[in-house]
Amino acid sequence: MAELRYLLGVVTLTLDGEKCTGCGMCLSVCPHAVFQLDDGRARIADRDACMECGACARNCPAEALSVRSGVGCATSVIIGALSGSQRSCDCSGSSPCCG
Amino acid sequence: MSTTLRPADRLSAWRVRWGIGRMRYTVEPGLYAVGHPTAGSPVLVSANYKLSFDRLRAELAGLDAWILVLDTAGINVWCAAGKGTFGTDELVRRIEAVRLAEVVSHRVLVVPQLGAPGVAAHEVKRRSGFRVQYGPVRAQELPAFLAAGMKATPDMRRVYFRLRDRAAVMPVELVWSAKYALVVAATFFLLAGLGPGIYSWTRLAGAGLLSAAMILGAWGGSTVLTPVLLPWLPGRALSAKGAWLGLVFLLGILVCARFYPAAFDSWFSLAAWCLLVPTVSSFMAMNFTGATTYTSLSGVRREMRVAVPIQAAAAVVGVTLWLIGRFV
Repeated sequence: MAELRYLLGVVTLTLDGEKCTGCGMCLSVCPHAVFQLDDGRARIADRDACMECGACARNCPAEALSVRSGVGCATSVIIGALSGSQRSCDCSGSSPCCG
Repeated sequence: MSTTLRPADRLSAWRVRWGIGRMRYTVEPGLYAVGHPTAGSPVLVSANYKLSFDRLRAELAGLDAWILVLDTAGINVWCAAGKGTFGTDELVRRIEAVRLAEVVSHRVLVVPQLGAPGVAAHEVKRRSGFRVQYGPVRAQELPAFLAAGMKATPDMRRVYFRLRDRAAVMPVELVWSAKYALVVAATFFLLAGLGPGIYSWTRLAGAGLLSAAMILGAWGGSTVLTPVLLPWLPGRALSAKGAWLGLVFLLGILVCARFYPAAFDSWFSLAAWCLLVPTVSSFMAMNFTGATTYTSLSGVRREMRVAVPIQAAAAVVGVTLWLIGRFV
């Protein structure tokens, strides 16, 4: 069965090909196989599969990757909007995020 | 430490999924031994959520290894990494606290791949001397990963959201939302006593029970069926998938109204539930985004910009129709 796909063309992931050293770390940490290594450099091969977890950007030693990471959780967006905070995925509460 | 889970471990894992005592389900941070580890044995990093820790140790039968448990306040690896508690700072601090450099002769840590959003491997290396080797997503693949000389296959690196995974998070969803569903259902039930003349107990037993059943049915049906049917529901947005599911429920309501018209005290009530049931279903499915393993924050914001105004409008019109239905 094909993997589930979310909305297309919304992801904030960017890769600066000039900075990339081709270490392949982003390929190791990405849970959705977004990257490929071509000619010694990483390339975004499947952008719409990205869930913006931020693992690649955090682990890129060359700081070639950036993504506005966060938890894709409607409940936390609602709680954040109601409480006025920017992002609130409160796993210590009864929220289902982080189940 | 044992690699066999006792019946008590399995029972408590089940209880945690159903939300009983979930926040007390922790293990003490520190260094644990599995089998008879030596200075050359691998070091596996985990969170101090007992469910994560148990899953890990159960997969290590017959192996000799160290488990370095970080203090994540009892939160699993993935979510703690998102919050940063499973992160570079805590990892470096814990390495020093247990004097790991004196326990093992090598300088390699196996960190679960799902911890990567919180851990910067190159910073850990710079600050502690230990090289982070990201392990497989699923603990069950650790023995194969270790046997292959700490090499992960592409499949070990992938996060899936299969029926079994979706079924596992379903009870969590059901339990956290149950109290809200009950409050809403009770409100409808009590308001159903309103009408021409005095507050009526007869109306409570009729429209009141029906209203409560509609709310609880839409909530329960959507919360249980959205995870199960996820790949087959049309649309990419979860709110759309929930709305489609709601339309199926709607068919059920119309069939009910056709063969048992007395269930609805007026056309207003019927119209109200035709709006409210898909709305509740859509809203619950939208909130399931928090439990999925593939929805991005940007995507969730995009779908909410469209879905929330529609849901709100449908809810207001639906409730208004229902209230009118009390007095005609």
